[in-house]
Amino acid sequence: MMQSQSYDAIVVGSGISGGWAAKELTEKGLRVLLLERGKNIEHVKDYVNATKAPWDYPHRGGRTRAMEDAYPVLKRDYPLNEKNLDWWASDQESPYTEVKRFDWYRGYHVGGRSLMWGRQSYRWSDFDFKANAQDGVAIDWPIRYADLAPWYDYVERHAGIAGSREGMAQLPDGQFQPAMPLNCGEAMIAGRLRKQFGGRRRIIPGRTANLTRALPGRSPCQYRNACWLGCPYGAYFSTQSSTLPAAVATGRLTLKPFAIVTEVLYDRDKKRATGVRVLDAVTEQTTDYSAPIIFLCASTLNSTWLLLRSATDVWPGGLGSSSGQLGHNLMDHHFRAGASGKIEGLNGKYTYGRRPTGFYIPRYRNLFGDTRVYLRGFGYQGGASRQGWSRAVAELGVGGAFKDAMAQPGPWTIGATAFGEMLPNHANRIAIDPSKQDKWGLPVLAIDCATGENERQMRRDMMNDMAETLEAAGVKEVDTYDSGYFPGMGIHEMGTARMGRDPKTSVLNAHNQVWDAPNVFVTDGSCMTSASCVNPSLTYMALTARAADFAVAELKRHNL
Amino acid sequence: MSENQNTIDRREAIKRVTFLLGGVALVGGSGLLTACERAQRDAATAREGAGTFTARDIAFLDEVAETILPETKTPGAKAAHVGAFMALMVTDTYSDRDQGIFRDGMRQLDEAWFMAAAPQQRLARLEQVDREQKAYTDARKDADPPHYFRLMKELTLLGYLTSEIGCTQAMRYRETPGRFDPCVPYTPGETAWAAHA
Repeated sequence: MMQSQSYDAIVVGSGISGGWAAKELTEKGLRVLLLERGKNIEHVKDYVNATKAPWDYPHRGGRTRAMEDAYPVLKRDYPLNEKNLDWWASDQESPYTEVKRFDWYRGYHVGGRSLMWGRQSYRWSDFDFKANAQDGVAIDWPIRYADLAPWYDYVERHAGIAGSREGMAQLPDGQFQPAMPLNCGEAMIAGRLRKQFGGRRRIIPGRTANLTRALPGRSPCQYRNACWLGCPYGAYFSTQSSTLPAAVATGRLTLKPFAIVTEVLYDRDKKRATGVRVLDAVTEQTTDYSAPIIFLCASTLNSTWLLLRSATDVWPGGLGSSSGQLGHNLMDHHFRAGASGKIEGLNGKYTYGRRPTGFYIPRYRNLFGDTRVYLRGFGYQGGASRQGWSRAVAELGVGGAFKDAMAQPGPWTIGATAFGEMLPNHANRIAIDPSKQDKWGLPVLAIDCATGENERQMRRDMMNDMAETLEAAGVKEVDTYDSGYFPGMGIHEMGTARMGRDPKTSVLNAHNQVWDAPNVFVTDGSCMTSASCVNPSLTYMALTARAADFAVAELKRHNL
Repeated sequence: MSENQNTIDRREAIKRVTFLLGGVALVGGSGLLTACERAQRDAATAREGAGTFTARDIAFLDEVAETILPETKTPGAKAAHVGAFMALMVTDTYSDRDQGIFRDGMRQLDEAWFMAAAPQQRLARLEQVDREQKAYTDARKDADPPHYFRLMKELTLLGYLTSEIGCTQAMRYRETPGRFDPCVPYTPGETAWAAHA
């Protein structure tokens, strides 16, 4: 038996983008239904592991054989662990088809991956927004930095981003809280780099969505560095700490967990979406909800998966498929290449407190006159620290003197991993696999994505540049690595419903509206037209706030 | 997935832990090394081999651990129940191959001799085994099995230095540091700050 309920707006997904959509739309007076496919996680109360000590975990945080058997994808990398296993989606309930290997790490609960994210927060620049047009790759972005800059300002003030003002054109400054400073190892190397590279290769404090100053209802960081367990102080940005409380405070939000949206309902006469169909993940009952505005913020692959299933009576390829671009141009950041080494001369220095960020080296390749055989570039994320006890595993020794030495801090080390831009490529795509269904009977996604020659060429620099940089700064025993990369590992999946200027070549317009259904907005990573090399989440926040502002204005003008 | 790939993943994991997280959790994770091999195992056999450490085995492992990390001015590995921790980790996280290597290693160390030996004899024996394991591990190719004593040493360090005694007595532990000081004086001999969970 179907019921119908109506709202002013429906937001699908409660992660970084969906939380922002809910906040903005409710604050502008709309009654909003926020749909989340997974369970609720209540701020603080449900952070059940947040204050546990290392010895409270039977396997000290590690992974068991039983966990590996239950999570065949998650086990490929660090997310499989004893501490926040509950926050990663079940590979078994929600399988997908890997035409080529694609590591898909998902958070199916209220807050989504905003609870577990790495919090690095960087603005894109016009080098990014103009890149496709200048290189003749894919299509041009329909927006420029100036379109987004005020929205970056807006979301940074509310989210709380700690960072330093650097005046770098490729990494615009923002509305920062005070930075979390470089430690003495990083500061020493940063100083030497300034001399060696004249500011071109520059170590700056990682810009992070952790508070160094209180915001309403949120305390500054206590330097526990346990963010991925949920923060009892609300000191890092998440849906729960930041956007959800704001939306709830309006009295206009209805949050519905366990609500799997199976399709967007579309009226072919009005050429508008009318609502969504929801499958209750527990009772498996179906309910239709209607609203004049629909925001899809279900995460990159999931929002497109939903579009692929919608309005198939009008377009067999799904809502937004008329351009032939829906599902195409999947991107990620390729990484796991870099270098590390030892810093001498700081044995009399140490740190206190566990800073939840490291340093950043902004992109310098293919900028300001530098030209390489490949397009675009990469940035580095890294850190310096004194080695901990784990160094002892590889060292010769047993007995009392060994034990007491290993309980002391080891030598200073420094290392960094590059995050490289991946080019949009039409061949990298997702599609429905009708041969396989998830726990709820939905046909799953097939993912067919690989890196290409440009990424391969770039990886050499990603590894070798770091060694060159560290050696130039006097770092000893420099060791390079390229640990290999498969798409998805960066957990920065982007594209598949790109923005553009022309409905013939793009899925979304400059305001994230689906060309074929202007009251449907897609503002998560699906909308990205290129990938930049900087972490994307801050840009999703800005795009979402901008699109919500536009949507409400259009609603008032009776254009939706 | 090849053994090689797994080993690379593990190196990467250790790098990540060292540089970004501050050193916990993945050192003992031989699970990272052996996922492929495990995929081929006979599940029934595996279950049979699990959980078969006796109280006597654990007492023996306690003494091995105590020899690696003995009581000094701070309590040793036995006080931190590292023997039971090793048994749990081997049972729950090790592949069949590594469980076999660990068990075989216990036989090679010879419980009867070890339990009867004086602390100095035990230490001399483990120093010799440690040199063997170091030489073997340094020359080890990715596909080669690990040395049993490497596994024991790894688990002992992990078990002790993430225990309450290890964190709060052998090292220093602040659940909530409250501030970040990027550069403070350090005097040799001062202990390290333990990582959070």
